[in-house]
Amino acid sequence: MPLTQNSNFKSRTMMLNMGPAHPAMHGIIRLVLTLDGENVEGCDVHIGYLHRAFEKMSEQSGYLQVIPYTDRLNYVSPLINNVGYCMAVEKLFGIDVPERTKYIRVILSEISRVTDHLTCIGASAMELGAFTAFLYMIQAREFLYELIESVTGARLTVSYVRVGGIKADLPEGFEEKTREAIQKTRKLLKDCDQLLTRNRIFIDRMKDVGVISKEEALAYGITGPFLRSTGVDYDVRRANPYLVYDRLNFEIPVGTQGDNLDRYLCRMAEMEQSMRIVEQALDQIPKGPIQVDTEGNVIPAAEAVDEAKMGRIEALAGKRVAPDPTLEGAHKDQYAAIEAPEKRAVLPAKEDTYGNIEGLMNHFKMIMMGGGFGMGGHGIRPPKGEVYFPVEGGNGELGFYVVSDGTDRPYRVRVRPPCFPIMAALPICLKGYTVADIVPTFGSVNMIGGELDR
Amino acid sequence: MSEETLNPTGGFFTSKINEILGWARKYSIFQYPFVTACCGMEYMSTACAHYDMDRFGAGLPRFSPRQSDVLMVVGTISHKIAPVLKEIYEQMTEPKWVVAFGVCTCTGGFYDNYATVMGIDTIIPVDVYIPGCPPRPENVLDGLIKLQEKIQKQKQLV
Amino acid sequence: MITEKLAGKVLSSHDFRGDETIVVKGESLLEVMRRLKEDPEFEFNILMDLSAVDYLTFKEHSGPRFEMVYHLYSIPKNQRLRVKVLVEEKTAEVPSLTGLWPAADWYEREVWDMFGIRFTGHPDLKRILMYDEFVGHPLRKDYPVNKRQPLIGPKN
Repeated sequence: MPLTQNSNFKSRTMMLNMGPAHPAMHGIIRLVLTLDGENVEGCDVHIGYLHRAFEKMSEQSGYLQVIPYTDRLNYVSPLINNVGYCMAVEKLFGIDVPERTKYIRVILSEISRVTDHLTCIGASAMELGAFTAFLYMIQAREFLYELIESVTGARLTVSYVRVGGIKADLPEGFEEKTREAIQKTRKLLKDCDQLLTRNRIFIDRMKDVGVISKEEALAYGITGPFLRSTGVDYDVRRANPYLVYDRLNFEIPVGTQGDNLDRYLCRMAEMEQSMRIVEQALDQIPKGPIQVDTEGNVIPAAEAVDEAKMGRIEALAGKRVAPDPTLEGAHKDQYAAIEAPEKRAVLPAKEDTYGNIEGLMNHFKMIMMGGGFGMGGHGIRPPKGEVYFPVEGGNGELGFYVVSDGTDRPYRVRVRPPCFPIMAALPICLKGYTVADIVPTFGSVNMIGGELDR
Repeated sequence: MSEETLNPTGGFFTSKINEILGWARKYSIFQYPFVTACCGMEYMSTACAHYDMDRFGAGLPRFSPRQSDVLMVVGTISHKIAPVLKEIYEQMTEPKWVVAFGVCTCTGGFYDNYATVMGIDTIIPVDVYIPGCPPRPENVLDGLIKLQEKIQKQKQLV
Repeated sequence: MITEKLAGKVLSSHDFRGDETIVVKGESLLEVMRRLKEDPEFEFNILMDLSAVDYLTFKEHSGPRFEMVYHLYSIPKNQRLRVKVLVEEKTAEVPSLTGLWPAADWYEREVWDMFGIRFTGHPDLKRILMYDEFVGHPLRKDYPVNKRQPLIGPKN
């Protein structure tokens, strides 16, 4: 019974403020809704509450110092950001990395993509009340975090990829641990699938809600699972293959309706495809160099330093120094397999830095920046120019536009955030639905504050 | 709220009541997770199955400041959200405690720029600082235990 | 290849590391963009990115201070293109592309917020990442990185 029919009643819409601090694990955003009862008439999205000035800080730092800032952009899939930035700088230099590095980067990127989708679906299921699905998915994410920790040393903010290579090679036993983690993740995903995909309540809340059409999605510049759920199969890994994606078999799941249920199904299918990619890459990866057995000719580093301080250098002649456990994976033998042979961009192996004067000078020139204050440093200096390098992030095309002026600091680093245009198109997805539909729609957007506001 | 009078003078009964109230308060923490950034992922990991926070009694997040007693500020605070944080702190009722989770809330982290608050203790009083970028879940549980010790030692009756 | 087809409107072009780039005059921007979007020869249907660069402290740079950078992508033809427009500091005005791609709306608001370049024809140009009380445009090279304008709390 619309109140406007009775001439004594005047009705008007209500403004409701949702956020900035609201009980969803998505971060901070403010939706100013115009409501007519429970129906959403209009929506105004306010962002910027997590603006941490990534672009300004990267202008103050050297090229390698930007890498920790890139970790915190899309913090659920940090390795993809690292890879994107380093590949943009490598494109500026024009250097190519060894095969084993490419496979390692692909494996870790896909594992990051799985953690991204697990967090997204888990959080959005929790908001609909499916707390068990959330707990299962976060447990699966823990298995993958343990894997990432064994390779990089950190669970979340890894800073693993370097310009011209990666920090260190894979540890012993990585392949078995990965296959086991993938098996456990697959089992948990099967459980969640049985809990959610054909669940009457879940389908009722997600089907035909938050619909966006193909033309609107393209007009807003949306990419990623959001666009693929409307029917356009655009994936950067297929369109502009980088690293070794052209040698791996995987499918791109495409939806039809463009509603929340399609996005959920796209993400679940993408996780399976990512795990397939990891298994294929583990089969195809070229073997790393085997540690040469030196038959007792290895001396631990601390002992070597003591002997040298006493002046007993005959004890060191002909022996190899075993580096510190924190440098595991970055020994001189393994260096050729994981780093490009490019003196301008890649730090020398530690045995060279401490062993001979050319290595020391190379290291010094690259680490000390400035070069004008008598410090003698040089830093990493790509040639003058500008590049744009797109990679496939968890939400869509993540592009890095780097402008270099020939000095050791980047002149401009611009990140094309994949969820920025999706948030711009959010009012279209919400108009005409009820307040209760905002929650699953917003969950399926997978807004990551670090990437949106940078 | 940080009155730290240890062992209040008074009789046997007031100190016993103090102890009991402290015991009750520390094992039934209702948190308000003010999650902004990457630390939120480690908060999720700590709250979930692997490193459970529920076994410490702190497992139920109340998403309203009026119903919670610990404000966990998780993630970087920018100048745009700082007034909101202060308002939420003021909406909470006594007794209340604040945990600064992550180095961005402790001192600002490496975001020394025009947009970031260098430590939330410039805006609201903080009880426990948990550094780390992001802190491991074991660190978070350590911080939680320290908060519980602090709650136990406090003067409970006004 | 694209430069020959658009000859007359293109001031210069280059192909550094395989990224095709053209520099266009500000007045002919809308016309060129419309042609790039609608002409079946080009079909650039996605505006991937829109940002700006401040060349104030770039060594040996002559010319206007700002440069707008547009990245376009064509799904049917799988082609990328970068379009640049030179913007003077005094006027700092560029025609808005919201009529062609609604995606440009928020990107242009961000460029206004960070650089101070106005977009004529934009429906609602206001700050997006910073708060309204903020004075200045942070990503300009002459804005110091540490200069805070806190709403509450101490200055530093």
